[in-house]
Amino acid sequence: MSLKTLTKPWEAMAYGFLDGSAKREIRRKMIKAIAVPGCQMPYASREVPMARGWGTGGLQVSLTLVNPTMRVKVIDQGADDSVNAASIRRFIARVAGAPTTMDTLDADLIQSRHRIPEEILRDDQVLVLQVPNPEPLRPVQPNMSIARQMHADADYGRMWLQLYEQIVRSGRVMQGASYPSLVHGRHVMTPSPIPRWDVPKLNMAQHLTILSAGREKRIFAVPPYTRVEPLVFSDVPYKVEDHADLTCHRSGTRGFFMNEIPQEDGSSAFEVSDSEWGVKAIRRRDGEEVALGETWYKNGRMPS
Amino acid sequence: MTLTLDAPRIVTTHPLVQVRNVSKSYGPVQALRDVSALAYPGEVLGIVGESGSGKSTLLRMMNLEETPDTGSYTLDLPDVSGNLFDLDRFARRMLCATCIGIVYQNPHLGLLMKHSSSGNVAERLLVAGERSFATLRAKASAALEASEFPLDRLDAPPIELSGGMQQRVQLAKAIALEPALLLLDEPTTGLDVSVQALVLDTLKRLQQERRITMVIVSHDLGVIRTLADRVMVMRGGAVVEAGLTDQIFQDPQHAYTQQLVHAKL
Repeated sequence: MSLKTLTKPWEAMAYGFLDGSAKREIRRKMIKAIAVPGCQMPYASREVPMARGWGTGGLQVSLTLVNPTMRVKVIDQGADDSVNAASIRRFIARVAGAPTTMDTLDADLIQSRHRIPEEILRDDQVLVLQVPNPEPLRPVQPNMSIARQMHADADYGRMWLQLYEQIVRSGRVMQGASYPSLVHGRHVMTPSPIPRWDVPKLNMAQHLTILSAGREKRIFAVPPYTRVEPLVFSDVPYKVEDHADLTCHRSGTRGFFMNEIPQEDGSSAFEVSDSEWGVKAIRRRDGEEVALGETWYKNGRMPS
Repeated sequence: MTLTLDAPRIVTTHPLVQVRNVSKSYGPVQALRDVSALAYPGEVLGIVGESGSGKSTLLRMMNLEETPDTGSYTLDLPDVSGNLFDLDRFARRMLCATCIGIVYQNPHLGLLMKHSSSGNVAERLLVAGERSFATLRAKASAALEASEFPLDRLDAPPIELSGGMQQRVQLAKAIALEPALLLLDEPTTGLDVSVQALVLDTLKRLQQERRITMVIVSHDLGVIRTLADRVMVMRGGAVVEAGLTDQIFQDPQHAYTQQLVHAKL
């Protein structure tokens, strides 16, 4: 037996691009994050061949979780076919040899920016959200040391101050995305810039959600079956966007989160934001046999 | 008919605030040297002294922002017991929010400058756990009204307001939860004389209406004379003289106090 037979052949890079120690660290931090839902865990955030702020946090988590049998789906603002989503998907496939998909039902690992798919995720699926700013207290407490103390003390009174200000200035809560939410009755998190429409999807969801901020070097998680409650005043109820009555001008689906597309005559058309949902609806309309999953919103309402 | 006399109030009532033998040094600088202070319910205690005499340090300690090297601090309130300096951060925050109000000399310390004025007052209520928008709004306006803040500027951020108005917002924030103790750190310094008089007027009226115990720190003897019932004169981190306001001003005993009073007159 020679040394050569015992050592692995030389490779240009480790499986899944990140080296073993980096993946081990992220794995440990993910476990910690799951153990304390909504609490931000610092991690080292390695270099990946992408600029910080473009989804490096989500990418590192995806690269750590991925294995050659996992089907990977990447979404950017609801679309699977945008440049960013396509590049990340191709990169993961290339370094991990993982199959890719656009169908939410087929995917095992979903990395997403700004949206949660409209179809209900199962308990064997993992959602990875890219987070630009993980600190919900930053607008009300610029000093991060004090903000961490506030998290430790569950001193979240000032979060409502932000909402108060919005109602006073504009007559309603203006927080459109990353709506601060209380996880498991303890930690307030910013659920990445998903719209208000998507926050109720996280509440008592079957799937695991991992949120990772590469530039800010923080991982936090919403484990399956965990309460996620948006912060509200007792007399001002939580409202999702008024998209329940909008119809997609391409696929004809109704009651989902829409992108507004300005038209030349000044009016606007709407297109379903979850592009794959729209594609599947069109294919089914054209007579193809397509499996449409159960959706979170039914007729534009979230069943309570 | 027999005539019965009640014992004087000062004998029967317990002091609300008791600070005992507090010392604090910052490296080689001794900021406070064995300082004790008492304030009875509904009383206004004035603390005078030159810059660096330790009066603001003492006030910050009363607001539990700092812990002394030695000494104790008690408040005679229901649900509050023991030396308050022993409390942890969490308990201190709750106590400060519910029982103590403070007005700083520099409004930037006490206010969120870019948030609305009513929001600044509402913050206090939010920290104490109020979660109804309508109640917050009503209570914030009531507190601002009590501190004679013009209600049409309710939602203007303090950064757009004049110095006097900023102090009124701070005052409204401090009294929003009807604290037992109100701390005032040079509340009128930096305001011009007419505005100063108006703010003092408000303070005096509030004190009379609500019987709040106040501790007011100032280097301005005029302010102390207008408001305070009792005065403590501090110098170099120690109390040099203490007594009733009139007594101190009419008949100062300590050389430094004499100098101070004469400089004023």
